[in-house]
Amino acid sequence: MTQPGEFYQRDRSIQPAAFTPNYKTSVARSPRYSMISLQNSVSEITGPRFGHNDIDAGDNDLLTNYAKADESPIGERIVLHGRVLDANARPVPNTLVEIWQANAGGRYRHKKDTYLAPIDPNFGGCGRTLTDVNGYFFFRTVKPGAYPWRNMVNNWRPAHIHVSVFGSGIVQRLITQCYFEGDPLIPICPIVQTIPDTGAIEQLTAKLDLNATVPLDSIAYKFDIVLRGRRSTLFENRLEGN
Amino acid sequence: MPQELAYLKESASQTAGPYVHIGLAPGAAGFDIYRQELGHDITGRNAKGERIRVEGRVIDGMGAPIKDVLLEVWQANAEGHYAHPEGGGDVEDGFRGWGRVISDFETGEWSFETVKPGTTKGRNVGTQAPHLNFWIVARGINIGLNTRMYFGDEAQANTADPVLNLIEWKHRRATLIAERSETDGLPTYRFDIQLQGENETVFFDV
Repeated sequence: MTQPGEFYQRDRSIQPAAFTPNYKTSVARSPRYSMISLQNSVSEITGPRFGHNDIDAGDNDLLTNYAKADESPIGERIVLHGRVLDANARPVPNTLVEIWQANAGGRYRHKKDTYLAPIDPNFGGCGRTLTDVNGYFFFRTVKPGAYPWRNMVNNWRPAHIHVSVFGSGIVQRLITQCYFEGDPLIPICPIVQTIPDTGAIEQLTAKLDLNATVPLDSIAYKFDIVLRGRRSTLFENRLEGN
Repeated sequence: MPQELAYLKESASQTAGPYVHIGLAPGAAGFDIYRQELGHDITGRNAKGERIRVEGRVIDGMGAPIKDVLLEVWQANAEGHYAHPEGGGDVEDGFRGWGRVISDFETGEWSFETVKPGTTKGRNVGTQAPHLNFWIVARGINIGLNTRMYFGDEAQANTADPVLNLIEWKHRRATLIAERSETDGLPTYRFDIQLQGENETVFFDV
């Protein structure tokens, strides 16, 4: 074994470019020179691993993880669930998924957010979990509200939940945003529209999942995440890392 | 029609936004929620090797430091092993080799303490000079940027490094090399990352 099993090259045609001037902050924060392409070495195919000692069982329940006893955040109660898969459609087990979001009124619990919609005293807005052996994860939360932002004068973000995923090697590391089916703000959002491919935008749009709702309790949305695949010629007998 | 390839497409990236701290560093956002935040301790207690400090800023195309940036660092231990089944060998108990660092909201300065990594195996043959792998996200960055930091006091290893040697423009290699100094008795490497413009840092498509 003289060279590592590489991850598939990232398909940049479905990924946002660095320079997307309608999203104004990207103008001064985008490199101008081309990236240097690197074939994977041990530095790229490896990445951090997390276990159940790192997080707590209730960290994925945003309805309770910042609420006072017997109280609950205000808003539409939802289950956000799905699987983390790689490009070969194999589940990515035991990987860390972290989310953060605004409350039902579109207000973030962050000292830099000054939007006039109020903080919800029972809602923090972050959660984390490890996928199970089938790559499955779920969160309970409230559906976030849209909120205005200073880009063009009258821009509003669609309801969204930020999602961060690791995978098994650092080149699979991904931060993205989950949108909700049917939201009319999606096609007019300059951040969504940094993505040049409509199919890729649909892939970031969680679908209402009536089968997974909890009757008389919470409505459900399904959001699958796909990370880069990997050639397995060199490690065919080893599940880990694939 | 030929058969369709059944590969799934990678989910598209989106910016981490200005409130990334809520999810990944809630203490900095202004509230305590988790028993422990991840990424504060890169090496654990038992790591061998030279203790060092790494500091810098991420600077935008207008020369202003980015004050809402989040960086993740991934590194080998002093023997050049990553904490991973394919990482080249065993690591000390508690050594993860991964850290999460945010900049100061007022100054844009960030820093962390770790141990200096050893050399690692090159892709085919040869040896990679000691380096830290960085992944950078922030408002305005649509997809995380990958770069590497090399050590200014490893001139010989750097000259032979297969990745630095991929960079055709020799003067650009210098953007990845951090010079060594000392603060309060601790060896300190200064690594300013220039996102755009003059002396733009080299970023990698990994």
